[in-house]
Order: sequence, then structure tokens, then C-alpha cells
Amino acid sequence: MFGELTFAAFNQGPIVLGVQIFIVFGAAAVLSLITYLRRWQWLWKEWLTSLDAKKIGIMYLVVAVVMLLRGFSDAVMLRAQQALSVGSSTGYLTANHFDQVFTAHGTIMIFFVAMPIIFGLINLVLPLQLGARDVAFPFLNSLSFWLYAAGAALIMLSLVVGEFAATGWLAYPPLSELQYSPGVGVDYWIWALQISGAGSLIAGINFVATIITKRAPGMTLMRMPIFAWTALGSMTLVVFAFPVLTATLAMLALDRYLGMHFFTAGGGGNMMMYVNLIWTWGHPEVYILALPAFGVFSEVVPVFAQKRLFGYTSMVAATISITLLSFVVWLHHFFTMGATPDVNAFFGIMTMVIAIPTGVKIFNWLFTMFRGRIIFATPMLWFLGFVSLFTMGGMAGVLMAVPGADFQLHNSLFLVAHFHTMIISGVLFGFFAAVTYWFPKIFGFTLDETWGKRAFWCWTVGFMTAFMPLYILGFMGATRRLDHYPAGLGWQPLFIVAAMGVVIIALGGLCQAIQIYVSVRDRKQRVAGPDPWNARTLEWSVPSPVPFYNFAHTPQVEGRDDFWLKKKRGAPPELPAEDIELPRNTSLGMFMAGAAFVAGFGLVWHIWWLVAFALVGFFVLLVARSFADVHEELLPAAEVARLEAAARAQPI
Amino acid sequence: MMTTNAAHRTDSAPVFGFWLYLMSDCLLFAALFATYAVLRTNTFGGPDADALFNLPYALVETLILLTSSFVAGLGMVAASRGSKTGTLSAFIIALLLGLAFLGLEVHEFAGLIAAGAGPSRSAFLSSYFALVGTHGLHVALGSFWMILALVHTAKSGLHQDTMRRLTLVSMFWHFLDIIWIFIFTFVYIFGSI
Repeated sequence: MFGELTFAAFNQGPIVLGVQIFIVFGAAAVLSLITYLRRWQWLWKEWLTSLDAKKIGIMYLVVAVVMLLRGFSDAVMLRAQQALSVGSSTGYLTANHFDQVFTAHGTIMIFFVAMPIIFGLINLVLPLQLGARDVAFPFLNSLSFWLYAAGAALIMLSLVVGEFAATGWLAYPPLSELQYSPGVGVDYWIWALQISGAGSLIAGINFVATIITKRAPGMTLMRMPIFAWTALGSMTLVVFAFPVLTATLAMLALDRYLGMHFFTAGGGGNMMMYVNLIWTWGHPEVYILALPAFGVFSEVVPVFAQKRLFGYTSMVAATISITLLSFVVWLHHFFTMGATPDVNAFFGIMTMVIAIPTGVKIFNWLFTMFRGRIIFATPMLWFLGFVSLFTMGGMAGVLMAVPGADFQLHNSLFLVAHFHTMIISGVLFGFFAAVTYWFPKIFGFTLDETWGKRAFWCWTVGFMTAFMPLYILGFMGATRRLDHYPAGLGWQPLFIVAAMGVVIIALGGLCQAIQIYVSVRDRKQRVAGPDPWNARTLEWSVPSPVPFYNFAHTPQVEGRDDFWLKKKRGAPPELPAEDIELPRNTSLGMFMAGAAFVAGFGLVWHIWWLVAFALVGFFVLLVARSFADVHEELLPAAEVARLEAAARAQPI
Repeated sequence: MMTTNAAHRTDSAPVFGFWLYLMSDCLLFAALFATYAVLRTNTFGGPDADALFNLPYALVETLILLTSSFVAGLGMVAASRGSKTGTLSAFIIALLLGLAFLGLEVHEFAGLIAAGAGPSRSAFLSSYFALVGTHGLHVALGSFWMILALVHTAKSGLHQDTMRRLTLVSMFWHFLDIIWIFIFTFVYIFGSI
């Protein structure tokens, strides 16, 4: 009846018991709070069933922050274990539990924090920057978000029911095969990624289609803001890379469920095939995450240097080059596989080549600042932190692009320090800059600068304290994923320093929480108006917070930095409002993702009737959607004019 | 102004978005083809391609699928001329041919499994079943979708909405045909020579 699900699945020892209690009571507390505040109807109508890209973007970011807290807790556990577990002490985690924690940390941070940050930001900003009312397919946008949320829910559920994979975040076979990982952990990993990956693919298609078909009149490709260009590069990579992930995970699942032999140690399987396939997705993934962050900085730097972006055309060329080159460097993740020197040399050189367009971008940002009148506001600080750390981490990467050097550094903490430098400075700092920069556009008031700057310094100093020791430890021979090491190696002091770095980063997070609290408390004094930064692109031409219809009149774009041009030319004539066709709210995306979640749970625990039931439900909903004829409603021009006047008169 | 915008949107975005989907699906098949290419000699002491595949049988499957695609193309011609009966009958023939193809494929798979050459026999057979089976799964889902588009067309006639559905389904159908040509070439022909 319940497949392999038994009561034993709930009994995972004292540490997990604490977490289980926390999750169950936490969820109950949130639900009761919503009930107490009588917010269910509001939540349902304004948020959960909304097809407004801006609201979907905010929901992405909210879930991403929740998952960031989970991933960060995992990081704290890892750092504590490695600081303690030396010599005769074995720390407080068992080896298997430690393995689950680092697997969950990596999986959550990439798939359930970094990805939704990217999709959230694109949802918030891209349609506005293009002068569009919405994305190309609003319903699919909602479906994408809910599929992501379903995947996140499945991975959180693994904490309460059963276990998670203990294989590392990419679950290399043969370790991840049934023979060596007989539990449900790897299955949770597979289905959480398959469900959220389907959402990512749909979102990728949606945003590419939005950029190609929904730009305002006059918004030629070469007039698009750089953020839109980087979104185009990133989402093109999603369209081409994610199907490979889907196929690879499906083959691993076939090995585990139907006894096939793609990657098994026996039966003629080839585990290096898995490693090649997963990195064919995995390396583009790095740029899927990094490119939009580059785009954010390309918006932030000109505004706070008060100067036009230096080298727009070369920025576009660099973005396109990175998009293409990211598909021909995957083998540098496993030079030690034993490919011929020719193959390793090719991938080594391509890896060095891809650093060139990235360098072009860095010089463009620096030349934009050169002789600008720089305002050192928080977004600009995040940029300066990013550019210093990213350049340093990038040089560590170019070092490892030499196959000979990589043989020494492969799987060492040097590598771990390298990619954390790239992703924390590249993606997370970009996200923080973006949130500070666009917050007033979305909510109508600015964020507190003092606490923002404190957060910046804690994060940067904390980052250096946490990761510089790992570079050194890597050179000393420390490999990644150690739950224990002998005292004689002399590593413990550096691990303790790294653990203190995590504490400083946590203080940075605390500063950000205070920043949001203070800003919300003082929001009446912090009213932003439409254009608080004296910015350059179209999103700043509409009222803040942005009305749900985005633009009362579709803008006519006349050049790059169109809003800036028109500001310099003097007050533009008020254009009359138009009739606007808007997508109707629907809960179908949520229910379809719910069905996917149930199917995933059934697959994890081999409850086949539940899988069949959920899949039938999924298709019934799909057919129901096709028979619901009216998906749009019309907002008459008079009503738009009235709403627009109100939004402009009363900014908050 | 508004109406031209709206018309432009309903015409171009879904078709363009569907092209993007088809390109991504190409990559899915590319991963499966690559796996087949790497694993096809890993027979682990079991039967190899030469011993298992029946080229004439695969040729019949190919001709059926190609004919189905051609008839679906005739259906689109009929649709663009506004002939509802012509459209429906052409697509029903295309659908029946697609189902016949699926029947042949299931029969082929059942024969292999009965002969002890199932997907868990060797890495080669795993990759074969995954590649050909994924194509078959696509044909099955495409048939389901075609039935849905036909029900809509039969119910409400030919207009912008049903034309879009039929266009997308037939794009999908032709795409599966192209994938099959590659399967026929790389799996069945190369496997027999």
C-alpha cells in the first residue's frame, strides 16, 4: 500500500528529530498566523494564483531566501564538523549524516537558491526593461514557479521523511547506483531535480520567447539594456543545457528503478559517460547563473558612476561569446578522467579562452567608472566587492585550467574555495546589488543604506575569512568532503578560522534582516518615487510600485538608455492610456505542480498507485486548461488612466 | 494599433516558443544518441545490434511514420483552405498511422524482451531501449495531443485558436519524423551493416 514507506523512515536520530519538530511546528505557526490575520483570501487571489510576472518574481525570491537559510544552516553544520572532528574527536555528525549535509548544501544552493534568484530577477525586471506588459506565456510562467516550488518542497520533505542522497551534489555513479546507495536519498535527489528542472526549461523557453517577440516598438536588439542581453544568453543556455540534465537524470533513474546498465559498474555500463553528460549541463549552468549577475552589474555601474556604459557593443559580444564558449569547456571538471593529452589540452585552452570575454566585461565596468562621478551607494559597494573577489577567483580558475596543475588541485579545498568565490561574489553579490537597486521600483520605498553597508562589510570580510583558509588548505593537500582528519596534519587552526568566517557571514545576514525591518518600519519617510537613482532604463519611467499593467501606454523606444534620453530632452508628452488585455488568475499551475510533487513522492517511495493517480491528475488538468476558452480579460483605457493617475499621485 | 499588436502576439509567440521547445527536445535526443554511440559496443556478452535488429521490419515502421507525417502535412493544407472535413480526415489518418507505428514498436520491444534481450541485459540494450523508447513515448504523447486538437477542431471549427493547435501538433509530428530518420539510420542501418 505505501511501497517502501514505513515508520522507520521518520526515525532518523536526535539531530534530525529536532529539525523535524522545527519544520512541523514552523509550518503550523505560519499557517496559523495567516489564519489569524485572515490573509488566506488575499494570499490566494493576490499571490498564489497570480500570473503577474512581478508577483511571480517576488514569490521566486521569497522561496529562494527560505532555501538559502536551509543551505546556509547546512554550511554551518559542515564548518562546525570540520573544525571539531580532528584526531581523537569525531565531531558531532556521523559520516553518513555529514555526507547527506554536504550533498544537500550543494544541491540546494545551486538548484533551489541560485536558480530561483535568477528567474525571480528576470521576472521582476525583464518585461519592464523591454517595455512589455508581460512575458510571452504568463500561464507557463506560473507553472514554472510552482514546479520549482514543488521540487523545493520535495527536497525539504526528505528531511522529515526518509533521508537525502549522500553522494555529493552531482551524485556520480557508481556510488549513486542502487548497489551502493540502496536508500531513497538519491531518488529524492533525482525527482526534486527533475521536477524543478522541468520548470526551469519552461521558464527558459518563456523568457527567450519574451525577448524575441515582446519588445516594445523601437526596442531593437541593440537597444536592449545589457541585463536583457545577459538574460537572453542565460536563458538560451537553459533551453539547450537543461534537456541534457533531464536525459541524464532519467537514465540514472532507469538504472535504479528498472535495473538498466547505463552507468553501473557491471553490465557494460560506463560511469564516465554520466560525468561527461552531467557536466555538459553543469558547465553552462555556471554561466546560466553568472550572466544575469553580470547584467545586474552592467545596470548598476552606469547609474552609480553617472556615466553611459563603456563599450555596449563589446559587452553584447562578450555575452554572446560566453554563451557559445560555455558549451566547450565541460571536460575541465574532470581532467583526471584520463582523456588523451590532446583532449585535455583542447579543453584547457578553451577554458582560458572563456576568461577573455569575462575580462572584457570587467574592463568595461572599470572604464565606465573611470572619470565617472561615483556614488558609493550599497549596490555600488556590492559591485566593488564582486569585481575584486571575482577577478581573484577567476585567476584561481585560470590556474586550474592548466591540466597539469589541475591534477594536483582536483577535488581539493582549493577548488571548493575557487567555485565558492565565483558563485558567492558572482551570483549572491549580484542578487544583493539587484535587490537594493530594484527594491524601490517594486515596493515603492528604498532600503536603509547604513544597514546595507554594514551587511556588505560583514559579507565581504566574512567571505574572505571563510574561504582564504580553504585556498591554503587546498595547497596543503586537504581534499573536499572530509568528515574527519588526523591532528598531525596541522589543518585544524585554518578550519577554525574558516568557521569563524561563517559566523561573520551570519552577522551579514542579520544586518540584512535588520535592514529590511528598519526600511519597512520607516517606509513613509523612504518613499522612492518613480526614479530614485536618476537611472537610465525604461523600468524607471513608470510609477513605483509598478502598476500591475506595467505601462499605461506602450512606450515608443528611440535609442539605448531611452528613459535617460527622454529625461535629458525634457518632459515627454503624456501619452493616452490604452485598453489592456491581461491574463486571468489561475490556480491550475499550482495544482499541476502539486500533482508533479505527489508523483515525485510516489516514485521515491515506490507507491505506484499514487504515481498513476498523480499523473492522470496532471493530464486531466492539462486538458481542462485547453477547454477553458477565455484566458484574458480587458482593462478599459479609462480605468487604466484612472489607476495610473492614482499611482502617480500617491506613491505608496 | 492594439488589434494589430494582439494579432501579432497570438500568431508569432506560440509558434516561436514551440520552435524553442523543439530545439531543446533535439538536445534531449542528442544526449540519448551520444549515450547510444558510446554504449553500443558494450554488449556484456549479450546479443549485439547485428544479431537483434530486423531491417525490413524497421523499414516498414519508417514508411508508416513518414506517410503519417505526409498526411498530417496534407491536413494542414486542407486547414489553410478552410476545409474542416478535409482537415479532420487527414489528421485522423495520420493519427491511425502513428498508432500503427506504436503498435509495431511495442511488438518489437516485446519480442526482444521475450528473447532475453531486455533493457537490463546490457548497457547496449539499455541505451537502445532508452533512445527508441523515448521516441515512442513522444509519439504516444503526440497522439494524445493530436486527439485533443481534433476534438477542439471538431467542436468549434477552424479558427485562430484551433489553427494554432493544429500547427503546433503538426510541427511536433514532423519533428518526431526527423528524429526517427536519425534512429533508423544510426541504430537500424548502421546496426545491420
